[in-house]
Amino acid sequence: MSSMSRRDFLKSAAAATAASAVGMSVPTEVEAKASSAEAGWRWDKAVCRFCGTGCGIMVATKDGKIVAVKGDPAAPVNRGLNCIKGYFNAKIMYGADRLTTPLLRMDDKGNFAKNGKFRPVSWKRAFDEMEKHIRKALKEGGPEAVAVFGSGQYTIQEGYAAAKMMKAGFRSNAIDPNARHCMASAVVGFFQTFGIDEPSGCYDDIEITDTIVTWGANMAEMHPILWARVTDRKLSDPDRVKVVNISTYRHRCSDLADMEIIFRPNTDLALWNYLAHEIVYNHPEVIDWDFVKKHTIFATGFVETGYGMRMPDEAKKLGYSDKELETIRKEKSKVVSEREAPGLAPLGYKAGDVMEMKHRGHALGHWEISFEEFKKGLEPYTLDYVAKVAKGDPDESLESFKKKLETLRDLYIDKSRKMVSFWTMGMNQHTRGSWVNEQSYMVHFLLGKQAKPGSGAFSLTGQPSACGTAREVGTFTHRLPADMLVKIPKHRKIAEKIWKLPEGTINPVGYQHIMNIHRQIESGKIKFAWVNVCNPYHDSANANHWIKAARKMDCFIVTSDGYPGISAKVSDLVLPSAMIYEKWGAYGNAERRTQHWRQQVVPVGEAMSDTWQWVELSKRFTVKDLWGEATVKGGKKLPNVIEKAKAMGYSEDTTMFEILFANDWYRSFKADDPIGEGFDNTEVFGDNRNVIGSDGKPWKGYGFFIQKALWEEYRKFGAGHGHDLADFDTYHRVRGLRWPVVDGKDTPWRFNVKYDPYARKYAKPGEEFAFYGPALKKIKRGNLKKIDPSLGKIALPNKAKIFFRPYMDPTEIPDSDYDTWLCTGRVIEHWHSGTMTMRVPELYRAMPEALCYMNPKDAKAKGLKDGDLVWIESRRGKVKAHIDTRGRNRPPRGLVFVPWFDERVFINKVCLDHTCPMSKQTDYKKCAVKIYKA
Amino acid sequence: MNTQNPKRDTKPKITERRRFLTIMAQSVGLSALGGLIWTGYVEEAKASPLMLRPPGALPERDFLRMCIKCGQCAEACPYDTLLIAKPGDGRPMGTPYFIPREIPCYMCTDIPCVPVCPTNALDQKSVSSVKDGKEVLDINKAKMGLAIIDAESCIAYWGIQCDACYRACPILGDAISIEYIRNERTGKHAKLVPVVHADHCTGCGLCEHACVTEKAAIFVLPRDVAMGKPGDYYVKGWSEKDQERIKERDINRLQTKTKRSEKSPQDYLNLDEGLFDE
Repeated sequence: MSSMSRRDFLKSAAAATAASAVGMSVPTEVEAKASSAEAGWRWDKAVCRFCGTGCGIMVATKDGKIVAVKGDPAAPVNRGLNCIKGYFNAKIMYGADRLTTPLLRMDDKGNFAKNGKFRPVSWKRAFDEMEKHIRKALKEGGPEAVAVFGSGQYTIQEGYAAAKMMKAGFRSNAIDPNARHCMASAVVGFFQTFGIDEPSGCYDDIEITDTIVTWGANMAEMHPILWARVTDRKLSDPDRVKVVNISTYRHRCSDLADMEIIFRPNTDLALWNYLAHEIVYNHPEVIDWDFVKKHTIFATGFVETGYGMRMPDEAKKLGYSDKELETIRKEKSKVVSEREAPGLAPLGYKAGDVMEMKHRGHALGHWEISFEEFKKGLEPYTLDYVAKVAKGDPDESLESFKKKLETLRDLYIDKSRKMVSFWTMGMNQHTRGSWVNEQSYMVHFLLGKQAKPGSGAFSLTGQPSACGTAREVGTFTHRLPADMLVKIPKHRKIAEKIWKLPEGTINPVGYQHIMNIHRQIESGKIKFAWVNVCNPYHDSANANHWIKAARKMDCFIVTSDGYPGISAKVSDLVLPSAMIYEKWGAYGNAERRTQHWRQQVVPVGEAMSDTWQWVELSKRFTVKDLWGEATVKGGKKLPNVIEKAKAMGYSEDTTMFEILFANDWYRSFKADDPIGEGFDNTEVFGDNRNVIGSDGKPWKGYGFFIQKALWEEYRKFGAGHGHDLADFDTYHRVRGLRWPVVDGKDTPWRFNVKYDPYARKYAKPGEEFAFYGPALKKIKRGNLKKIDPSLGKIALPNKAKIFFRPYMDPTEIPDSDYDTWLCTGRVIEHWHSGTMTMRVPELYRAMPEALCYMNPKDAKAKGLKDGDLVWIESRRGKVKAHIDTRGRNRPPRGLVFVPWFDERVFINKVCLDHTCPMSKQTDYKKCAVKIYKA
Repeated sequence: MNTQNPKRDTKPKITERRRFLTIMAQSVGLSALGGLIWTGYVEEAKASPLMLRPPGALPERDFLRMCIKCGQCAEACPYDTLLIAKPGDGRPMGTPYFIPREIPCYMCTDIPCVPVCPTNALDQKSVSSVKDGKEVLDINKAKMGLAIIDAESCIAYWGIQCDACYRACPILGDAISIEYIRNERTGKHAKLVPVVHADHCTGCGLCEHACVTEKAAIFVLPRDVAMGKPGDYYVKGWSEKDQERIKERDINRLQTKTKRSEKSPQDYLNLDEGLFDE
């Protein structure tokens, strides 16, 4: 045994002792580590690269390479297991086409050329070009012309560094993560309902509940380890435990489910209202009035809010086709359909009315209403009406569908049952996604089935750190860390203080969400965009427009990635990024569990972490470059803060590096920290590659523990405000902790005084709950149709809101020409756009190509047979795919499902870029297409 | 269908493969005249009991007798699944077969490989069913082989959430189903394990092709190699269908014989030898 591995062994013993101190047993893992240490392998804990489940893994390295992984038996989420993707974590970094050097589009003379070919350049040249184009963008368009496509797969430190440099340095809020496409509707639901982001419950609900309903969530493929837990719960008491799968097409969850409900796209809005209608009108005895009265109020908001598309005249000017405009027109006004009219009747609409989208600019507006008004809103949502609009399978009888709805109702209203409602993209990627999220809490609140062990509506996260980074760090255009918002002066002040910025530095206008970034590149406003840890040119709907804009407009697009994908292809500069185990990092999963890992190996080639890339970029800009007066949206001026900066001891030439990432406090984190002993830290020490860095000299490291400094600064934002995180070292000892972490203890259920110290702090004596989230807690009052100014405002400390939201049709509905619904999504084998998993031979072999899943009757009617190549065409674009009529997904007649991982089946060219007008999250689950033989 | 081979769309009219097949067919024709080569063929025939044949292939002995090695089935296959055994392959030369780990049978619903068979070595009837009084092709009736799972190396049996084979199966739910087993070790994660059902499995090999282990943990063998056979004197009391299985029971062959029953009753009774202690 070498001294190194012996030290590792001792450390593992120490870690085990520490872990058992917080109530976990790790005997198996320690045993494994002790025996394998002798083989020259080092095992260390990390987290799975892929989904929001947040499985713990152990990584084995030998001679500077990752040789194997195993599920971490000590990880409470997965207890040593993994899914088919997690099983391949050891292979994702070693694909033959890893990016290993910066690549710039150049002409033959070596100058940057927009139409040039990619050729290798040094990091110094790469940063020179970035600096040049950022300066140009700032000069031509101000801070808003510099944009970042961020990620729910950033490590927490990367996201934090990116957000800090953007918001504090460039004073630009044009940073928005791909999590916008994934969780934004859930976030609005949380903010408006609870006043604070993220779920009240946790995964332990699965083992405690006896009723699990999936609403637009294919957990079996997208959260497989959680599905294994659901399955185990079902097996533990098959008669008592009920599982219901609610979806627009049959998928793997139906295998286990006691009942499957196939609904017509968008009518989940009606289904939730049916449940509420049944509760309020026909079973008022099940309302938990004590809970409702003490802890909630009723509320509603505007409906005339559009569909998050461009305005039609704007689109027309930009050359959108007439076909496209047929749909885009609805952004301005639409005709109320026969289908939606009854559900909108309490708001004064009838079929044939023109609905002007007059509240497009205030989609988030909402106000308190009385219970009587709430009840009035629900009146139309009878079994007959809802069954008629919501039945999704033309081959199912109305009677059978009604019976299912009644069974569903009976499960929800059964007082003896604990209820968990899970959802993912079905409810989030939805033109009324924020509404449908709020409706889930509506039902759970009425029944008093929320924030209790085993009961709650629970939003499952898609990405590994959509919660931990995108949301908690706040890498969104409108956010700051710990749920703070750029538009709130007090929040900016707090951030400016922690970030050591002159008052007034932070830009208060945050409106450049991810679709806006694409649209503003297309319209010429944004001149520089940097893609971090995501693939926005592959994953954004209506992709034809964005890929064309990237190449044709006067803009400079940079993509940092491990592998080349569509985004890199349409970029001007490509930077090789270190991948997950090649850097220190942390992720936060869907149950608020934060998990850290150490750098396991030195990156390949000249790849460097995104943190390093941001921090190096910060060296290129000084106070006088960025902190003078600037103009943002609507001609609003950002003040010149240079004098204030000088008063703080900065000079005009102080770099952002010195202010934001290498101030004295940062430098106080010593490089030789025991947590890092025996592990690489490329940012801190450099490494054996001696990569030639951004200044043209070999990279030798910052010399202080920058990742720890970033963490410790970041957690100041949440401490004492219900977002408490533990210190850096603690996370390296334990298997993750669910925030708020107070006195070293994590919080499994929030808002419940038994489990949440903040609920204890805020609850009135004798009360069991406190919905203490601070946001949007003083609102106007009114009736179903409008605000009544005469009623003034109401303050609702510690209360949650029960929203009435009606059913509305989606943007685009199949007609005689485009006769089929298109729904897109993922498959278990591939992660997102496949940049990693399509490099793993086994996963590639198992699922080499995205297929168009289709009902066999539809295929027959169109003269197609299984395996045929077809065109899938919408008003926006078309792609070819092979049809599959007997596969894992079984759509009803009239709907097809196409996964989006495969860039050769570039389905986002077909999808519509309509969003929830509140959350700005794209609805990838419904648009109209036609399908014909290719 | 789970995985496509892009060749279905891009296969050129005259491919290298097609040229090769033609040459093959010619050489097989020639070889029929030459005894020496034929001997080689017979040896290769004996050497390979594990070949997977196209849909509708007659039982191996009959198939070898009927197949004229024309290569038309392979020619018709849109995925290049079907191969033609070459000299030195260690397989009956000129006959069609497939290797699912390389290219499985994609179970085309129009089964283009079968109707082109000039000799009925690929028997259309065996892959047809009667629908509305008409005989129609039904690839689900194919019996090319049977998928076998090595539960030791199948990661789903470890508890990994895999079931790639299940999702790849064109008859998922019938040919492969998922069984749930509680995981006693973790106490909260069920194992979702694949189980193959011989009644429905066609042996297409899409599961073997999709399997993510280094060497497939699920693999297709010819049915007569893969399967045991329960006796025809017992019927599952819990199955309505099981009696089907023994419908060929021959009432003229009911007699049993063991060492103990070798002697006739008289012989036995008249023989005192060994009964009494000396």
